[in-house]
Amino acid sequence: MQLDTLHFTPLASLSGGALIGLAAGGFALLLGRIMGVSGIVGGLLSRGGQGDRAWRLSFIVGLLAAPLVWQLGWRLPDIQVAAGPVTLVVAGLLVGFGTRLGSGCTSGHGVCGLARGTLRSLIATMTFMLVAVVTVYIMRHVLGA
Amino acid sequence: MKSSLTAGLLGLLFGLGLLLAGMANPAKVSGFLDIAGLWDPSLALVMVGGICAATGLLAWAGHRQRSLLGLPMQLPKPGKPDSSLLLGAALFGLGWGLAGICPGPALLGLATGETAFVPFVLAMLAGMGLYTLLPTPRS
Repeated sequence: MQLDTLHFTPLASLSGGALIGLAAGGFALLLGRIMGVSGIVGGLLSRGGQGDRAWRLSFIVGLLAAPLVWQLGWRLPDIQVAAGPVTLVVAGLLVGFGTRLGSGCTSGHGVCGLARGTLRSLIATMTFMLVAVVTVYIMRHVLGA
Repeated sequence: MKSSLTAGLLGLLFGLGLLLAGMANPAKVSGFLDIAGLWDPSLALVMVGGICAATGLLAWAGHRQRSLLGLPMQLPKPGKPDSSLLLGAALFGLGWGLAGICPGPALLGLATGETAFVPFVLAMLAGMGLYTLLPTPRS
């Protein structure tokens, strides 16, 4: 293992993380729910829950507005997508289905669940982290993609 | 109305946090997941910052009967891990590893205008829709 000191952004990542945690904590405290993106979006696609639609949509609109608001003060960070279209479709299907089956993603399990110290979220986070690390290892160092 | 406005503002705060943290860039996410290569540990700090900021607020929320806006508390009760949790998390991990994109940054990336996020988000929504077609909803 070698540290990528060129791209390491300790302060920005720590403070960005704090904003994410603040949003997650505020979400639970004000709305009484877990701020998990897969659950909020997935809830719009499942039957029932008509009364839930407004706040779900509103959360998504707020999230989508972030790059616009960001650009009032700063330049958008570099965004590089290395994967090709086929990989993106396969990955998107896996992420969409997997997060619903596993009841959460990086925000719901990785931040909210770990902050609450629940066993389910700890197991889920360790599982998706491990599988993701192994996947990248195989892609980059075995297949050499 | 009040809950929608709150959810919108919290969505915005979440999105700004993702941008500041570097989570909007799939290449940075992959750089974190690639522990055998040139490793960028930034995303570990995103989790540390997120968990630290959320812990106190979530504990406070956990002790309340109703939310500060007077809504019923719907935080999930602690439960045992089951096969759906493990399989779902594994499939998610595979997809996350393949593209370096998870659901929040996927929507955020779409909003930056970067077209590479379009196939990912459409497929992600299809995957979520597919889940609702499962014959046995999770218990």
